[in-house]
Amino acid sequence: MSDIQQPAQTLPPNAPSGPPLPRSTKKEGKPASLWSDAWHDLRRRPIFIVSAILIAVLVVMALWPSLFTAIDPNDPRTCELATARQGPSGGHIFGRDNLGCDVYARSIYGAANSLLIGISTTLATSLIGGMFGLAAGYFGGVTDTLASRLTEIFFAIPSILGALLIAATFRGGPLSSITLVIIALTVLGWPMTYRIMRAAVITAKSQDFVVAAKALGAGHMRIMMRHLLPNALAPVIVIATINLGGFIAAEAALSFLGVGVTSPDISWGLMISDARNRFLDAPLPLIFPAVFLSITVLAFIMLGDAVRDALDPKLR
Amino acid sequence: MAPTSEPILEVRDLVKHFPLTQGIVVKRQIGAIKAVDGVSFDLHRGETLGIVGESGCGKSTLAKVLMALERPTSGSVKIKGREIAHARGGELKRMRRNIQMVMQDPYTSLNPRMTVGDIIGEPYDIHTEVAPRGDRRKKVQELLEVVGLNPDHINRYPHQFSGGQRQRIGIARGLALQPEIIVCDEPVSALDVSIQAQVINLLERLQDEFNLAYIFIAHDLSVVRHIADRVGVMYLGKLVELGKDTEVYDKPAHPYTQALLSAVPVPDPEGRELRERIILQGDPPSPANPPSGCRFRTRCWKAQEICAEEEPLLQIRPGTAHESACHFAETHDVVHIG
Amino acid sequence: MKKTSPEVLPAEGGLGNEPLLAVDNLHVEFRTRAGVVHAVNGVTYSLNPGETLAVLGESGSGKSVTAQAIMGILDMPPAVIPKGEIRFRGTDLLKLSEDARSQVRGQRIAMVFQDALSSLNPVFTVGWQISEMFRVHRGMGKKEALTKAVELMDRVRIPAARQRVNDYPHQFSGGMRQRIMIAMSIALDPEVLIADEPTTALDVTVQAQIMELLAELQRESNMGLILITHDLGVVADVADKIAVMYGGRIVENAPVHDIYKTPAHPYTKGLLESIPRVDQKGQDLYAIKGMPPNLLDMPTGCAFHPRCPYRQDICVTEAPALSGISGTRSSACHYWREVLDGTHE
Repeated sequence: MSDIQQPAQTLPPNAPSGPPLPRSTKKEGKPASLWSDAWHDLRRRPIFIVSAILIAVLVVMALWPSLFTAIDPNDPRTCELATARQGPSGGHIFGRDNLGCDVYARSIYGAANSLLIGISTTLATSLIGGMFGLAAGYFGGVTDTLASRLTEIFFAIPSILGALLIAATFRGGPLSSITLVIIALTVLGWPMTYRIMRAAVITAKSQDFVVAAKALGAGHMRIMMRHLLPNALAPVIVIATINLGGFIAAEAALSFLGVGVTSPDISWGLMISDARNRFLDAPLPLIFPAVFLSITVLAFIMLGDAVRDALDPKLR
Repeated sequence: MAPTSEPILEVRDLVKHFPLTQGIVVKRQIGAIKAVDGVSFDLHRGETLGIVGESGCGKSTLAKVLMALERPTSGSVKIKGREIAHARGGELKRMRRNIQMVMQDPYTSLNPRMTVGDIIGEPYDIHTEVAPRGDRRKKVQELLEVVGLNPDHINRYPHQFSGGQRQRIGIARGLALQPEIIVCDEPVSALDVSIQAQVINLLERLQDEFNLAYIFIAHDLSVVRHIADRVGVMYLGKLVELGKDTEVYDKPAHPYTQALLSAVPVPDPEGRELRERIILQGDPPSPANPPSGCRFRTRCWKAQEICAEEEPLLQIRPGTAHESACHFAETHDVVHIG
Repeated sequence: MKKTSPEVLPAEGGLGNEPLLAVDNLHVEFRTRAGVVHAVNGVTYSLNPGETLAVLGESGSGKSVTAQAIMGILDMPPAVIPKGEIRFRGTDLLKLSEDARSQVRGQRIAMVFQDALSSLNPVFTVGWQISEMFRVHRGMGKKEALTKAVELMDRVRIPAARQRVNDYPHQFSGGMRQRIMIAMSIALDPEVLIADEPTTALDVTVQAQIMELLAELQRESNMGLILITHDLGVVADVADKIAVMYGGRIVENAPVHDIYKTPAHPYTKGLLESIPRVDQKGQDLYAIKGMPPNLLDMPTGCAFHPRCPYRQDICVTEAPALSGISGTRSSACHYWREVLDGTHE
C-alpha cells in the first residue's frame, strides 16, 4: 500500500483552479461572502430597482434642484402675493401657494433638507447607537447593564413628544432649526440602533474566531473593530436604511407641528403645515409636498426591506 | 518520544469552578459547576498528551484555562517554569507566543470577513516584534505552504475553502508565532472521515518538523490512540487515569476507562459477537453536584463503601505501571478479543 | 406529487421474492439558483425484514437525501425525482398519492434523526408527544394513549418512565432524548426503521447504549433497519450488509464481513486505511487525497477518479456501473479486481 501512501499533501492536483468548491449541497449554504451574495440577490429584486431609482432621482434633486426647475424659490422675487393659491398654469404646473410662490419649485427644493436631515440623523444614530451597542455587547456585565437601562429610559419616552420637547425647549437658541431637528431625532433614535448592534455583537462574540483572536493576545479594540464590527454590521445597515425613511417622516411631522424646520428654510412638512388652513379651497399646495414626502419615505422603507431580505433572509 | 528534559508545561491542582448565581440585581452564589476540579500533569517538549472524556467532563474548559482564556479558580499552569494562569497584560501577551490553539469548528473559527492572508497574518499584527512588516506576506505564504495550501490563495476568503482546508488555515494561524505548545481542541471531529486522516497526518508532520508539544483533546479515543504518546482520561472534572498510550489502552486500570474503551466501535466486524461490551447505565451526574468520594462510584460495578467515603487519588496502584484513581484498580484489556 | 393511480396500499404479510423495501435507480436533484445539484444519481439497494443495512458515506454523498426520498419528506421543489422507484412491499411509493403516502410515512416506515433536541417540540411534555402518535393514528383517547406512551418509554428503557412522562424535552439528557425519539418512531410498529446518524451527536458510552437498544428492538419486532452513518466502527458492529455511497452513487455493496476484509472499491479501501483504530497503535494513516466532489459540478466518468490511486484513462471518460462481482457483492469500479487483490499499477 505504501506506493499510494500520501504524506500530508498539497492542494489536490485535480482541484479546480477557479474559486474551488462552492459548498456541496444545499444544506451547507455557509456564510459565503455576505456582501457579494447580497448584491447578487438585490439586483434581481424589482422592489430594489424601483426604490434605488427613486432615491437616485431624489439625491440628484437635492444636489442640483435647478436641473428640475428654472424657478428659485429662495428668491422672494419669484413669489407674487397677487397670484396666491392660483391653480396650475403655464410655467407653474403645481400652481402657487398662500404667498404666491411656485409649489413645484418649493417641493423640488424641499428634497435637500429632507435628505440632509434623514441622512445626518441616520449617521448620528448609527454612530452613537452602534458604538454603545458594540461596547455593551462586547464587554457585557456592568457596562451592558448600565447602557441597557439607559436605552430603556429613552424607549419609554413617546418619541414625537420627546422630540417636541427638545425642539421646543432649544428653539431660538444658537442652533439652526435644521440642526435642532437632527439633534432631537438622534437623541430619540439611537437606542434602536443600539439594541440591534448589541444583539448582533453578542451573537458574533460567541463565535470561535473571537476566542482565537483572544488566544493570540488581541486587545479589546482589535477584537471589536476587526472581528466584531464587520460581522455585526449587516443588521445595523438594514435598520439604518429603514429608519432613514422614518426620520424624514418625523422631520415633516415636527415641522408640521411648528417645532421643526422654520421659514425661510424649505421643508415638505412646513409646506403641508402652511397649506393646511386653506386646504379646502386650494388643495394642491398641500397635496404635492405630501406626495413627495410619501414617495421618499416609501422609497427608503422599500430599500430597507430589500436590503434586509438580501442580507438576512431569516428575518423575512 | 520519551520525556527528555524539564517539562515545558506543568499543570498543578488546576481548578475551575463556574459560580451558579441567583437573583438579578443582587447576585447570590448558590453553588458552582465544578468543570475542572484538581487536574495535574506535565507535558514535555515534542510530546503529545491526549485528553479524552465525554461531553461535560471538563476537557474543553481545561483547554480554555491552559490558554489563559479563563482564569482558574485555583492551581497553577506553568510554561517553562513561568506562571501563565495569573499573568496579565504584556507578560501574558508574551507568553501567548509559546502556547497556541487549534479549534474544533473550521467554520466558526475563521473570521468570514477577513482574507486568509489577514487571518494568518493577524498574529504578526498583534505581536509586531515577531516579524517586520515587510516580511509578513512572505511569512504567511510560507505558512500556507507548510500546511499544504496554495500560497497564491492568500487573498481568498474562508468560504472559498473546504472544511479540511479551513482547518489547515487554522493550523497555520496557530503556527505563525512559532509556539512550542499547541492545544488542539477536537481538531478533526468536525471533518469528514476521508479528510480527518489528512489533518492528523499534517499535525504529526508539523510536530516532527517543529518539535511541537501537543495537548490533544478529543472524544474520539481511536484518534487519540493514534496520535498521543500519553493519555489522560477525564471524568467529571478529574483525571481518573494517566499514562502511556499503550498502558492506558491495552491495560486500562480504572473501570471508567474500561467502559469507555469497550464502547468504542472497532471498524472490523471480525469476532464482533465476542467483543466485551461494558454498557454503563444512566448518565454522568451533574458537575454542579458530584458524588462524594469517587465521582464514578454511582455508575461503577465495583463500588464499595470506601468509594463513597474516600476520594481515590491519581497514583500508581499495585499491579499497574501507570497512574489511576480507583481504590480497586485492576488492569483489564477490553479492546482486544480473546 | 399528485399521482392519482388507484390506491394500492402495500399489503402486509408474505413478501414472495420481493424485498421489504427496494430502492431502484433513484435519482434526486435540487434545482437551485446556483444550478442543479445532483444529490442522488441512481441509487439501488434493498432491505429484508430483520436485516440491518448500513448506508455509509460522507456529507454530501446523498445518503440522507435517499432516506428523505424514501420517507417522502423532501421539499419538492427544490427537490425533484426525475427517475427511479422506491418499492415498499412491491408498491412504488413514488406513484402513490400524498394521502396514501402519509399512511405509510411514520406508521410503516419510520425515521430517527440525528438531532433529537430540535426534533422534539420544547413546549409539550414528552408523554404528550409520544402519545400523540396513538391519538392521531390510532384514534385513542388521551388517557389510553398516555398509558401506551409510558409503556413505550419503558420499552426504550427510560428509567422511572411513569414519573418522567410529564417532563419536557430539555429535562432529559441527549441520550434520553434520543430514546424518546426512538420511542416515537417505533410507536406504530413500523416495518422499516431508518436511523439517520442516530448516535453522531452522542458520547461513545451513550452511543453504545443506543445501538444496543436499536438492535434489541429490531430483534423483538423483526423490522428492517437502515442505518445511515459515516462511522465505520458503528457499521462494523451492527450491520448485516453495507452500501457505500460516494457522490450520490453506491460505489460498493457487500455483506459486512467481506467489505472490511477485502474492499472492492478504492474509496472503501481508502476509508478503511484512513481511520485510526482503538485496538492498534502505530499504523500509518492513509489519507485519501483531495476532497469530496462538488455536486454542482461532478467530475466526468467515475466521480471518485480525481482522488483515486487506481485511475486510468477510462475512469475519466466512462462511469463504471455498479455490477456484480459475486453473488452478494457488487462494486462500481473499472478496476475492482486490482483493488480486491491489493495489486496496484
